[in-house]
Amino acid sequence: MSDGTAETFPDQKGSFASGRASTVRKVSEKFIQCILFFCAAISVLTTIGIVLVLLAEAMQFFRDVRPWDFLFGTKWSPLLRPQHFGILPLLCGTCLVAAGAALVAIPIGLCTAIYLSEYASKIVREIVKPLLEILAGIPSVVYGYLAIVFVSPIIRSLFESANVFNAASASIVVGIMILPMIVSLSEEVLRAVPRSLREASYALGATKLDVTLKVVVPAAFSGILASFLLAISRAVGETMAVTLAAGATPKLTLNPLESIQTMTAYIVQVSQGDTPAGTVEYRTIFAVGLTLFFTTMLMNILAQWVLRRTREKYE
Amino acid sequence: MSLQATHRHKWSKFLSRAFASACLFATLSCVLALILLLWQVFSHGMDWLTWDFICALPSRFPAKAGIRTALAGSLWLMGLTTIISVPIGVGAAIYLEEYATANRLRTLVQTNIANLAGVPSIVYGILGLGLFVRFMALERSILAGALTLSLVVLPIIILASQEALRAVPPSIRHASLALGATKWQTIWHQVLPASVPGIMTGVILAMARALGEAAPLLAIGAVAYVPFVPNRLSDEFTALPIQIFNWSARPQEDFHSVAAAGIIVLLVVLVCLNAIAVFVRYRASKRIRW
Repeated sequence: MSDGTAETFPDQKGSFASGRASTVRKVSEKFIQCILFFCAAISVLTTIGIVLVLLAEAMQFFRDVRPWDFLFGTKWSPLLRPQHFGILPLLCGTCLVAAGAALVAIPIGLCTAIYLSEYASKIVREIVKPLLEILAGIPSVVYGYLAIVFVSPIIRSLFESANVFNAASASIVVGIMILPMIVSLSEEVLRAVPRSLREASYALGATKLDVTLKVVVPAAFSGILASFLLAISRAVGETMAVTLAAGATPKLTLNPLESIQTMTAYIVQVSQGDTPAGTVEYRTIFAVGLTLFFTTMLMNILAQWVLRRTREKYE
Repeated sequence: MSLQATHRHKWSKFLSRAFASACLFATLSCVLALILLLWQVFSHGMDWLTWDFICALPSRFPAKAGIRTALAGSLWLMGLTTIISVPIGVGAAIYLEEYATANRLRTLVQTNIANLAGVPSIVYGILGLGLFVRFMALERSILAGALTLSLVVLPIIILASQEALRAVPPSIRHASLALGATKWQTIWHQVLPASVPGIMTGVILAMARALGEAAPLLAIGAVAYVPFVPNRLSDEFTALPIQIFNWSARPQEDFHSVAAAGIIVLLVVLVCLNAIAVFVRYRASKRIRW
């Protein structure tokens, strides 16, 4: 490749030699393009691979367990006798943690985003944003450690009925985890609202509060909504923190002080055990994985659709 | 009448101030959460962090436990993942930015990548379990782990590289093409060197992600207790986050402190990686001016 610079100038006299060289070059250009295309295709193949692996094993699973029982059964105990394969307790646990995380992260995240985009000076913004990036870069297993060592004891001292492993402590740390995501995405859409809208509002005598809450936030609302969706989808798929903090007892409850199990935690539990491949117990992780995949996929696609529409609005 | 107006004026002013302070409070609580988190980890783990801890093999006794195999496994995984995912990721980005014409296929691939970035990492673990561990019969080897992690970080590298390539002004390409360079020569000699800082930032972010990720490794069946340092691609492995997970899950207080010490090592490596990223970005901003 490196010797190409001199040859590239079309040489009128040595037309035969340069003609052959250019054929070689054309072939190699095509070859490179094919390799690059293959690289890009791998991302699509990954998606196809995920769907195929999940579906293939889940199909086998649904031969033994009726889909109806799986989706609407209220008891989940594949590893114990008698076996029950109702995913509702796992779904309920996942929703409980995700809802709790949203409850923690959405108010704080939105207020922080508003502060950073509307009130903060440039220096404050440049200090706070890298700090939030650090928060976002901390591995999720660290949050799990924190839930066990720090958050759970606090909750137990506040509520005596709380279990050692409880949904609340998992919710709080997952909430902190998804916080940076909400802040950075929401701040981006808030800042994308044109200045002219704000200035027009000020000119009509509005206070800063009016401008922020009645003009800027509504204008960026769909983008903010997308950030919430993405963050909640992240909370649904979060694994390490909930596995450590929320416990391993699938239970159909809405009490955040009880020990529960999420879909992700169940997958970890089975893959850490020595369940032999090919059994129904083993295939449950693919059925649960499929449910998890579709749940998060749906939320992500919805969020991206919303986000694309808002980006187009002000461009 | 006018008294009422001033009253209302004062009230709305008060509300405006209250809202501003509420927002400030929210921002401060974010920062506070970070400080509290770091303080917790450091206050628990600092005493346990000794040279012995880094060199020792895993053990049943907290005082003797170390992270030698876990650290080695993590570095192996990070290196292999980078080697596998960077060429593919950058190649995909080049194809999408330089070759692909804006049509439906490209939109499809682009949407697909954005969606892959949002897929929970444990789902990649299940894919790795089905594809690499069982179908390709790699068992619980370090290669299977690295391949799985490569799929996890691929979207990050592709998206960052695309952004870096897009930032190179088209005039550079036009000038090179006008001088008779072929498309690939233009990309290799002009576009890629100019976008290296941006790509590097993405690569380092991806490495940090690969270092901290535990869920997909757990799903492919990685275990915490591996009493030897991996030498070959087919060896069993453990990794730092898995070891931390294992220690945190135990009921003994001492193991929690050992976990904290492990977390400190993990965070130090992450900080080093990020420092490199910041340095690269800083150098680039000085060198390149369009």
